[in-house]
Amino acid sequence: MLSTLRIAAVSAAVVAIVTTSTAAFAQKKYDTGATDTEIKIGNIIPYSGPASAYGVIGKTEEAYFRMINDQGGINGRKINFVTYDDAYSPPKAVEQVRKLVESDEVLAVFNPLGTPSNTAIQKYLNGKKIPQLFVATGATKWNDPKNFPWTMGWQPSYQSEAQIYAKWLLKEKPDAKIAVFYQNDDFGKDYLKGTKDGLGAKAASMIVMEESYEVSEPSIDGHIVKIKAANPDVLLIYATPKFGAQTIKKTAELGWKPLQIITNVSASVGSVMQPAGFDNAQGVLSAAYAKDGADPQWNDDPGMKKWLAFLDKYMPGADRTDGSIVYGYGAAQTLAKVLEMCGNDLTRANVMKQAASLKDFEPDTLLPGVKINTSAADFAPVAQLKMQRFKGQKWELFGEIISGDVPAD
Amino acid sequence: MSAAEEVVTEAAAVEAVPKRAMTLGYGTSLVVLAALILTPLFVKNFIIFQMTMLLIYGLAVLALNILTGGSGQFSLGQSAFYAVGAYTSAILMEHAGMNYALTLPVAGLICFGFGFLFGQPALRLSGVYLALATFALATAMPQLLKLGYFEHWTGGVQGLVVTKPDAPFGLPMSQDMWLYYFTLAITIAIYIASVNLLRSRSGRAFMAIRDNEIAASAMGVDVALYKTLAFGVSAGITGVAGGLGAIAVQFVAPDGYTITLAISLFLGMVVGGVGWLPGSIVGSAFIIFVPNIAEGISKGLSGAVFGVLLFLVIFLVPHGARQVAIIAQQLIGKLKKN
Repeated sequence: MLSTLRIAAVSAAVVAIVTTSTAAFAQKKYDTGATDTEIKIGNIIPYSGPASAYGVIGKTEEAYFRMINDQGGINGRKINFVTYDDAYSPPKAVEQVRKLVESDEVLAVFNPLGTPSNTAIQKYLNGKKIPQLFVATGATKWNDPKNFPWTMGWQPSYQSEAQIYAKWLLKEKPDAKIAVFYQNDDFGKDYLKGTKDGLGAKAASMIVMEESYEVSEPSIDGHIVKIKAANPDVLLIYATPKFGAQTIKKTAELGWKPLQIITNVSASVGSVMQPAGFDNAQGVLSAAYAKDGADPQWNDDPGMKKWLAFLDKYMPGADRTDGSIVYGYGAAQTLAKVLEMCGNDLTRANVMKQAASLKDFEPDTLLPGVKINTSAADFAPVAQLKMQRFKGQKWELFGEIISGDVPAD
Repeated sequence: MSAAEEVVTEAAAVEAVPKRAMTLGYGTSLVVLAALILTPLFVKNFIIFQMTMLLIYGLAVLALNILTGGSGQFSLGQSAFYAVGAYTSAILMEHAGMNYALTLPVAGLICFGFGFLFGQPALRLSGVYLALATFALATAMPQLLKLGYFEHWTGGVQGLVVTKPDAPFGLPMSQDMWLYYFTLAITIAIYIASVNLLRSRSGRAFMAIRDNEIAASAMGVDVALYKTLAFGVSAGITGVAGGLGAIAVQFVAPDGYTITLAISLFLGMVVGGVGWLPGSIVGSAFIIFVPNIAEGISKGLSGAVFGVLLFLVIFLVPHGARQVAIIAQQLIGKLKKN
């Protein structure tokens, strides 16, 4: 009798100890890559090779986390940001990501750049249940939580941007005769698809011409002449910067004045509008989701003031007009927010859960009114844009914030 | 007359390598083999993956070595053959549901045919002109793979995702380790076959052409046939390497097979020692690990650091790993005498 009692008492005590210790565990949970003092985040970006201009994004993010660490880290933990060069080559991307995961043992892979590289690592990371967070590409396929619950995009997809143009045209110019000029690859085709989806039933009657060019072509003048012959009154320019500039210039040279809409990718004042000639570019339309670092209208903007202060202290000498710095800052700030929301539960599952629970988050560098919202079914963080018109030597925003969420098929 | 002169001077572009100097001694071979077999048992999966890539690029460099070191023809187009092999394997695996091991001989055969055919027009060219013609092939390949007509099979710009095979017969090893031993077996088979090829009648014909084309044809070597054959064999082996690469990386996309790859392979051959087959592995190690080392030294200047390291290698040991091996051999010989 006594012994049974003793056993009962002992087991009660054991149960009590076990419960209290699990309670203690519940407060702090870690996966590989996170400890009491540090969170290890991995990244790959082309620092060399044909796309090395994007390397600035990686450098900006590194600098951003250095600033966060100087301010005491996130919930008392320092960010250890490990970034490698993948030279924009998929095999190299796989090698470097495996190194990050298996050798450096990072908690998550953040903002890897390029559609080919991300496609190459997606299956591996999802198989290992490691977050592939905020990928730096505009393809639509990253918003697919059902099949790839460990992959999430960040910027608006090309298709959603094209839908915004289509919606705007339907409203403002319902009888437009549209010519679509696009780059013959996934980038251009995504835009074409978005435009057609956005126009819906009217697509067949409104689009009078589809013309594509190859990236390898030295000049696209011939295409523009051909398009002009079809006599459209709206020209959609889904081209990368060099060709965007050529298109605007050639259209002006022909003395042709259609309404021109150019993709956000080629909306840079320094690398497109200026080479095309400011006179030629007057009245061109585009859409934006982030502030332009070189635009004086944001001089008194509190968000951009913080961005400038960051630039002065952590990236002295950097080129303010480089959109990649604005981009990297915004993406890094979103990650910092997610990690902050994770609290002491730094498991990979919780990182994804928190990334999918962002509510009306506004990074410093996004346009006022553009908010990041995600949910378990919506893995497209930035999905809003604002229309803008080129006037003088800068873009002028106009109209409402337009949303263009596109689920992956 | 001037044509004859040209051929004679060009032949010197690749130094004559006696065929015995093309391989390692038995003792050394066994040590290297033992290291390759045993190391994966003690390292992480990631290192095993890197070693697999080492063997795969090693095969591709070996293929180039047969072409350049053996028959004296240059090629900057190996990335094209590598891409064809990779895509053949990927398409057969993903669209036709074929077993991965069976796709490799197919990839090899298709590339052999492709290389043999490409060898025909290449016959009219030699030296730098041939290098340029193959260079054109390498630049064209990524764009051909993106073409709309083939998109249904190639996946266009998006590429194709390939499923990695599990170890068969329920062997208790990881996918990476299985793939490594699988690759190692193929590499050893191809290496032995290549060594035998170069020691055979055909190999002697290759080298005769390399050393002096006119003399070779005077001795009855069918120069045109053997030159194209060398191209075919080299392309075939590169194709097998490409197929293995697709399986190991689990993804094929046009951007993976640009001219940069072709130049890397060429670099690997020079660093390993032109015409010295075992050097292929050393060359492959150079093109895989040195960029990582360069990046470790400076992220912003990784390209420049890589250039400096490459320059040092070419300046200090112009004959690549072969020269290092010879020096080492002489040192050991001296020590033995003492």
